[in-house]
Amino acid sequence: MSLNTDMPVRVADVTEVTDLVKRFRFERIDGHPMPFFSGGAHVVVSMNDNGLLRRNPYSLMSNPDDNSGYEISVLRVPNSRGGSVFMHEQVRPGDQLTVSQPVNLFAPDHRGRKHILIAGGIGITPFIAMMEQFSRDNVAFELHYAIRSRSHGAYWQQLLDRYGPRRIKVYVDEEKTTIPVAEITDNQPLGTHLYVCGPAGMIDGVLMTALKAGWPKENLHSERFLAPPAGLPFQVFLKKSNIHMTVGEHQSILEAAEAHGCDAPYMCRGGACGQCETEVSSCDGTLEHNDIYLSDEEKTSGRKVMICVSRFKGQQLVLQL
Amino acid sequence: MLVQGIKSRPEYKGLDIDPHAKRHLFVLEGEGAAALTDQVEARGKDFLAKSEILYLAAGAAPKAYDVALAALSPDVFWQAPTLQPMLFRLRACLDQARMGTRLYIAGTEGFIGQIMQVALEFGIDFNSIHTEHRGSTARRVQCVHCKGITDNVTTSPFACSHCGLSLLVRDHYSRRLGAFQGVNIDAEEPGTAPQPEEMFP
Repeated sequence: MSLNTDMPVRVADVTEVTDLVKRFRFERIDGHPMPFFSGGAHVVVSMNDNGLLRRNPYSLMSNPDDNSGYEISVLRVPNSRGGSVFMHEQVRPGDQLTVSQPVNLFAPDHRGRKHILIAGGIGITPFIAMMEQFSRDNVAFELHYAIRSRSHGAYWQQLLDRYGPRRIKVYVDEEKTTIPVAEITDNQPLGTHLYVCGPAGMIDGVLMTALKAGWPKENLHSERFLAPPAGLPFQVFLKKSNIHMTVGEHQSILEAAEAHGCDAPYMCRGGACGQCETEVSSCDGTLEHNDIYLSDEEKTSGRKVMICVSRFKGQQLVLQL
Repeated sequence: MLVQGIKSRPEYKGLDIDPHAKRHLFVLEGEGAAALTDQVEARGKDFLAKSEILYLAAGAAPKAYDVALAALSPDVFWQAPTLQPMLFRLRACLDQARMGTRLYIAGTEGFIGQIMQVALEFGIDFNSIHTEHRGSTARRVQCVHCKGITDNVTTSPFACSHCGLSLLVRDHYSRRLGAFQGVNIDAEEPGTAPQPEEMFP
């Protein structure tokens, strides 16, 4: 389902940004312009890895005003499910891929009078597009960007050159400098919004510090990169499609359903947006909810499951799908 | 006559002191003073040392709530003679305020709406503002035809104080304007408006 408006694209350019980060530029094969997007948006890239369909979400990092193409940056994560390794090793200029329409689950709040962006590592990508937008709209912003080392950190030099040291602050693990979150959140004018994107531990730490500094939760925004976690294989029966299937160790329920030809709805594929919410008909075992969408009560009730990241342990799971 | 069940009708969930806030700004009108004194009774006085109270007595002046509020010895207590100086002072406060400041508003709906209007200009999300409705249920209504706003409307329908049309009061609310939206009730056949009913004492 997924709005079914995927766009076939050609890889126009592949750029090595650091040892572990590559940037890809996509342009439409039919020569039409890409849809405009807003800073913070992502697309889902579909890859055909020797017959295996891989779909990964990536934040758009190109200028939101530029509809001649989209750019994403991919961090190579060796011991993961393989999407990033495929992008790094297999994808070359001229190749064809499919990307979804842009979806924004991490949009800036335009009512804000100032915006503070906090990035860790590859979490920088949505902010690159956001900053273009803030800069165009003449809105106050500052970026606090933590990287492991200057050689491994992506884009920090370009951002410093573009926006200057007053708005771009870089912190380097190797140089023992860390983002002073308590100081940053301590003294900001009313109407400031804070956005954080990076590893889960960093996000939790920043949000907790801001709440303790008296920030209301309405002014705090985060985007997590949840990859579907691996686990033991299990059996699922899709009632409406009448499909019995096994969800593999490195597969999500959603991916298994897609592999069996079931066109299930999805948007973020990362447990955040709620689009793939699926009703549980019966469950002989335990649901492992890995999403950040359902409330604690909903998770306990066991009547719904987010099939993009959640897993199951037990005999049989029957879904209304 | 009242049209109800419209989603835009604001909900006032009551003042609830946020323990993490670095500073509390209370903007109170009339009976709204009691919303704060009730909190002090329930939670103790600790938060008053980092509190600023702006108070407009309005119709509740004979009850001398100002004396009770001043007796709480908050960090700042300031009393406004009328709404306009109140809004001016509020702007000055919000202009200086930092992110750890939480805003609390209590009083009549018209007052809450007009304070909220100023707060929204400063980029505060309305969900993070604590509100409590106290006192009269009279409404502040905008005529959707001439755009004039009439305060303290207690009946429906009522005659617009600007253009004179007979207006039906509905739950349709504009946060941007801080007012309910009133529509002409006898547009098809002028002169057939029902008798005003006292609805918002």
